[in-house]
Amino acid sequence: MKRNIYLDHAATTYMKKEVLEAMMPYLTQNYGNPSSVHSFGREARKAIDKAREQTAKALKARFDEIFFTGGGTESDNWAIKGVALANQNKGKHIITSAIEHHAVLYTCEFLEKNGFEVTYLPVDSYGMVDPQDVEKAIRPDTILVSIMFANNEIGTIQPIKEIGAITKEKGVYFHTDAVQAVGHVDIDVNDMNIDLLSLSAHKFYGPKGVGALYVRKGTKITPLLHGGAQERNRRAGTENIPGIIGLGKAIELAYENMEENNKHLIRLRDKLINGIMDRIDDVRLNGHPTLRLPGNVNMSFEYIEGESLLLSLDLKGIAASSGSACTSGSLDPSHVLLAIGLSHEIAHGSLRMTLGDENTDEEIDYVLEVLPQIVQRLREMSPLFIQEKGGCQYV
Amino acid sequence: MKQQIYLDNAATTQVLPEVVDEVVRCLNEDFGNPSSLHRLGLQSERKMKQARNMVAQLIQVPPEDIIFTSGGTESNNLAILGTARARKRYGNHCITTEIEHPSVLNTFQYLEQEGWNVTYLPVDSRGIVSIEDLKNAMRKDTVLVSIAHVNNEIGSVQPIKEIGLYLKGNYPDTIFHTDAVQSFGRLPIRPLEWGIDLLSISGHKIHAPKGVGALYIKKGTLITSLQWGGGQELGIRNGTENIPGIVGFGRAAQWIKEKISEDEKYISRMKVALANEIAREIPQVVFNGPKPSDGAPHILNLSIPGVRGETLLHVLESYGVYVSTGSACSSRSIRTSHVLKAIGASQQVAEGSIRISLSYLNNYDELSKVPQILKKSVDQIKRFTRR
Repeated sequence: MKRNIYLDHAATTYMKKEVLEAMMPYLTQNYGNPSSVHSFGREARKAIDKAREQTAKALKARFDEIFFTGGGTESDNWAIKGVALANQNKGKHIITSAIEHHAVLYTCEFLEKNGFEVTYLPVDSYGMVDPQDVEKAIRPDTILVSIMFANNEIGTIQPIKEIGAITKEKGVYFHTDAVQAVGHVDIDVNDMNIDLLSLSAHKFYGPKGVGALYVRKGTKITPLLHGGAQERNRRAGTENIPGIIGLGKAIELAYENMEENNKHLIRLRDKLINGIMDRIDDVRLNGHPTLRLPGNVNMSFEYIEGESLLLSLDLKGIAASSGSACTSGSLDPSHVLLAIGLSHEIAHGSLRMTLGDENTDEEIDYVLEVLPQIVQRLREMSPLFIQEKGGCQYV
Repeated sequence: MKQQIYLDNAATTQVLPEVVDEVVRCLNEDFGNPSSLHRLGLQSERKMKQARNMVAQLIQVPPEDIIFTSGGTESNNLAILGTARARKRYGNHCITTEIEHPSVLNTFQYLEQEGWNVTYLPVDSRGIVSIEDLKNAMRKDTVLVSIAHVNNEIGSVQPIKEIGLYLKGNYPDTIFHTDAVQSFGRLPIRPLEWGIDLLSISGHKIHAPKGVGALYIKKGTLITSLQWGGGQELGIRNGTENIPGIVGFGRAAQWIKEKISEDEKYISRMKVALANEIAREIPQVVFNGPKPSDGAPHILNLSIPGVRGETLLHVLESYGVYVSTGSACSSRSIRTSHVLKAIGASQQVAEGSIRISLSYLNNYDELSKVPQILKKSVDQIKRFTRR
């Protein structure tokens, strides 16, 4: 039987049926431009407003604090560049962490080239930022702290509320890239003192090409895209109506069923982690054992290349990833794994499996059956393994 | 069923059923992230490649020079800000026109705040830029010229080829960008032959879904990214690709190409016939911008003295005819159109203007009803606004 087991939900998710159903009318008969004043346009406008309400409710934000974008990357870029440019008269110092997504890291590097100073906070071996480090790093000219809610590679969930309390007290804007967290973690932007929050629909069973940025009312921010008066003059461009409707529906569904879904995911996740630990030697779990995303499994297998592992799994019908999708084309080891203290060799041997709502026990059993075989086969071909473990009959 | 005659295709178009099918298939089945190394990811990458080919074919450029974006606005922003940032050390001056789309004008205004000098060329009463004006405005430090191919409100067509060739011949280091959002799929465009370095296009103007566009970047043209991240689209446009949108864009481009080869003049013939009928039915009508027989194939901008455009729009809507006043992007603001002002239209004419815009999905049969509906609507309004 041909297997088809998808364990790459952190890269992207399939779309839920209900989400597609909500989008369909706006792909077909209701195709108006929401800026048009005729009824085609008004229909589209109403639909966006509904999606905005759904999104605001999920984050416990206000309706007029949600701005739709072209995706998580745009949201991150807008948040960081927008706040930096609008507040540079106050100061040019930004604080972030060493394990952010490239959408954050490369934006910070761009700002460094343009006269800003950026502090990259280290993380501990679990990938956790210490709130005290944030406090110590804040200077009079610090304008923004950007720390991700949950890491895309190792799943570690950051102490966002503690960091938010500090930035609030110090009067510094706080942005969090919550692309991986939304739909899996309770978020309350007021309780957590978050000023800006990025999210992306295709990570929680919505469509690709649409995301949002929450911007606390009163936040000084320059637009990233200039043009028409869409999104209350903050984000120009004809709105991606079907995408926005899909985002609204998907975030609503995610939070309606979160508890139940998380229970399922955590059970499967721990079964997978423990099963691998039991069956395979010289393996380590990356990220925090408990403060991690419900669906995230990231493990390093000594002596082998993550990429070979990935391709072998693919042949067995299992779709996983080595590190994040965005960097899977590059040969450098993951900056996240290096930041938690892994050596280059071990970082290269890591595998990320991210679970979704429709994964089953039976699928996990299958993975636990084939993965040890693959690892063994690859290790038997690995010069490193042979060197460490002594001779091998297959050489 | 109540009749619906959709004549607002310059604002946005209906997504074609065959495009919807492709998009839905993508949403349902081929949902992989093209950056992923497994089969689903590779499948998405393949689909994206096909779409890139189809879009590139329509303007006869190498597919690898097409960068997908979230839409026309992003493409314009990327072209202008990206060029300005990449070529800062070569100069400090840009040239554009007074009648550009807000996504071009507001981006240049933003650059002005950063200390750039921007020249806004005027246009004549037809809405056309003069090459002489451009020649006079050119300076040694001009790094970018950005002129839209077709104006979105009045449909004037700029001599893009002439401008491009002039620039390449005399200022080879100056980058030439054209906003072709309204002309893509409606008029022939040949960036390679016309000296165009950057060209913005948008999906939802050619029956693809909203939320997808592209920027053509001629090989070797330096451009700084607007958004940083995972290295997608050659690192110029980072962020997970909107695969369903991109695939829909490709399918729509293919459809348009077939339509053009069947009957290139279909839309413009309908437009001219419609304009003639309207003029017969309502002799006092004023056509704004180019003559109906000139101009872009799909746009007709007209005013009827003594009738406010917005009132007319709503009465027409009650008869199932959908038009717009000015461009959709500015239709919610109360300001008079900057385009109509630039062509010297009086306040009264500007306030009275409506825009009718067609697509391949319109037909003669439905359009033949429009002049009478328009006449009826005007009469109805005039009864209430006797002075």
